[in-house]
Amino acid sequence: MQMSAMASDLPDARGHFGPYGGVFVAETLMAALDELRREYEAARQDPDFQAEFRHELRHYVGRPSPIYHARRWSEKLGGAQIYLKREDLNHTGAHKINNTIGQALLARRMGKKRVIAETGAGQHGVASATVAARYGMECVVYMGADDIQRQSPNVYRMKLLGATVVGVESGSRTLKDALNEAMRDWVTNVESTFYILGTAAGPHPYPMLVRDFQCVIGEECKVQMNEMLGRQPDAVIACVGGGSNAIGIFHPYIPVEGVRLIGVEAGGHGIASGQHAAPLNAGTPGVLHGFRSYLMQDANGQVIETHSVSAGLDYPGVGPEHSYLKDIGRAEYVAINDDEALAAFHDLCRYEGIIPALESSHALAHAVKIAPDMDKDRILLVNLSGRGDKDINTVARLAGIEL
Amino acid sequence: MSRIASTFSTLKSANRKALIPFITAGDPAPDRTVPLMRALVAGGADILELGVPFSDPMADGPTIQRSSERALKHRVGLKDVLAMTAEFRQTDATTPVVLMGYANPIEAMGWDAFCAAAKAAGVDGVLTVDYPPEESDEFAARCAAAGLDNIYLLAPTTPEARVAAITRQARGFVYYVSLKGVTGAANLDLDEVAARVGMIRASAGLPVGVGFGISDAETARKVADVADAVVIGSRIVREIEQSAPESMLDNVRNFVAGVRAALDR
Repeated sequence: MQMSAMASDLPDARGHFGPYGGVFVAETLMAALDELRREYEAARQDPDFQAEFRHELRHYVGRPSPIYHARRWSEKLGGAQIYLKREDLNHTGAHKINNTIGQALLARRMGKKRVIAETGAGQHGVASATVAARYGMECVVYMGADDIQRQSPNVYRMKLLGATVVGVESGSRTLKDALNEAMRDWVTNVESTFYILGTAAGPHPYPMLVRDFQCVIGEECKVQMNEMLGRQPDAVIACVGGGSNAIGIFHPYIPVEGVRLIGVEAGGHGIASGQHAAPLNAGTPGVLHGFRSYLMQDANGQVIETHSVSAGLDYPGVGPEHSYLKDIGRAEYVAINDDEALAAFHDLCRYEGIIPALESSHALAHAVKIAPDMDKDRILLVNLSGRGDKDINTVARLAGIEL
Repeated sequence: MSRIASTFSTLKSANRKALIPFITAGDPAPDRTVPLMRALVAGGADILELGVPFSDPMADGPTIQRSSERALKHRVGLKDVLAMTAEFRQTDATTPVVLMGYANPIEAMGWDAFCAAAKAAGVDGVLTVDYPPEESDEFAARCAAAGLDNIYLLAPTTPEARVAAITRQARGFVYYVSLKGVTGAANLDLDEVAARVGMIRASAGLPVGVGFGISDAETARKVADVADAVVIGSRIVREIEQSAPESMLDNVRNFVAGVRAALDR
């Protein structure tokens, strides 16, 4: 308990969560990160900034998002009651918008007229393009060339919103390479440009500020659970790629005793197959993209390619705060394979009339695993981080259907 | 005196500037690296910068990214780079070798194991792009204990007070990144370089090398007027990339010799 109370005060002044986090970037970016840290500290203390952020979340995003009791599905599973935090009902269909609004307001405060972003599945790219349109900023989104092929509807969405989408041909041509390229753009255009990083990772202060903007999820849950049930859940479950939706719902619960925090990584074809995206389950600490954390790497320290059915979880690293919560034992991290996630995806469609994102389906699938062995008065709160409309082509293809 | 310090001191007494070419170890193939290192020296290099391939070279432009990818196709890792350095040392006991790369391969090997192996292989300096001083004081202490010079980057955006703090921790020389951008970019502002290098020199008490974006002999010459050393990377890597296998060593040596002649003019 002592440790958990302290854990919610991190990172320290230099961006460390225990041995994780930090600022591992070339000297060229140090001044920009320092400026960002100072501006964010000021914005954090500024009631006007906070009021505008809350106003935007309410009127533009549609917050607070409801918590929904998945009664029919819980009955089918025959154990714990499953409640869903409905981030899928947000404008743009996922939790990503909470963060992009916060960062865009910060960009405006800093007088930056151009924003850049990296994206994998395209959700963060769409959320960035959305806020850039909303606040009248130029927006460039970096996306791996392979992901552009796989996620063409989101590419078109970004273009409709006025963004320029740049295909990245280097490396594995996926999310991690898009992040490299966004960093290279930032280094080159550092004075005019704000980098809207999409997850609670990257160099300090990004893991902290993304977490703070996403904490609205968990803060709402604490109030809503109390109003609905007069108690807090027995466990909170969220999927973890970079880990922003998970840290957003976990962080407010860190000091709350009796609430288990369970992060669900992408097990892909199974941990034993090596084809997965589960650094907290099967990786080792390393340095990538400006921070130290658990990482999927080979014996030479080269980052290895990941696999997940869900593009949003297909990332070899994980936000540093998750690594810390794992090491101190405050959160547990498990892995769910592609086929288990797909089964949960179909379950939620059929039993609750909700099409979940494949990312969120990993969290749902873990509820499927543990709910049946729990008493019926136990409560699982699952973060339904996004809606699955973007995934219907993937799901159809896996079923051998061409849309 | 370290090999780097004695190289700079010899050059200074001859009123010459150091030429520091960069190649990526293992590019285009592992057995080409030592011959390329010798060709660079034959062309007039004073210090060699040897890139350690990394899967995610965030600070590098497309040319050096591609060189890293070519080396990684041959699975060249940090241990192989140290073995190449040791082989080079068998025939060259004087030319300093600086490893340039990213933190993770070093972390994967472990700081102590790396420092011991690098020293044993004949490495003289280590420049780790994503180890700013804030994150590398322990690593720097181990480098110093092993007799390796820890070389830091300074950028156009580095505030003056920070320049002083970094140069206090630096050994060997400091490396001024001459532009806002990645390696191989083309937006070098010579006046700004001159002003910044003057300020750094006044604070450093160490030689100042300048690199990123220097791609021809004439620019190298102008940079050398204000700096102690000129680093050329992407341009040489491009020579390697575009040469036929049989003429690669000659082309690289000739290019370096051309820059050498301009520096000594």
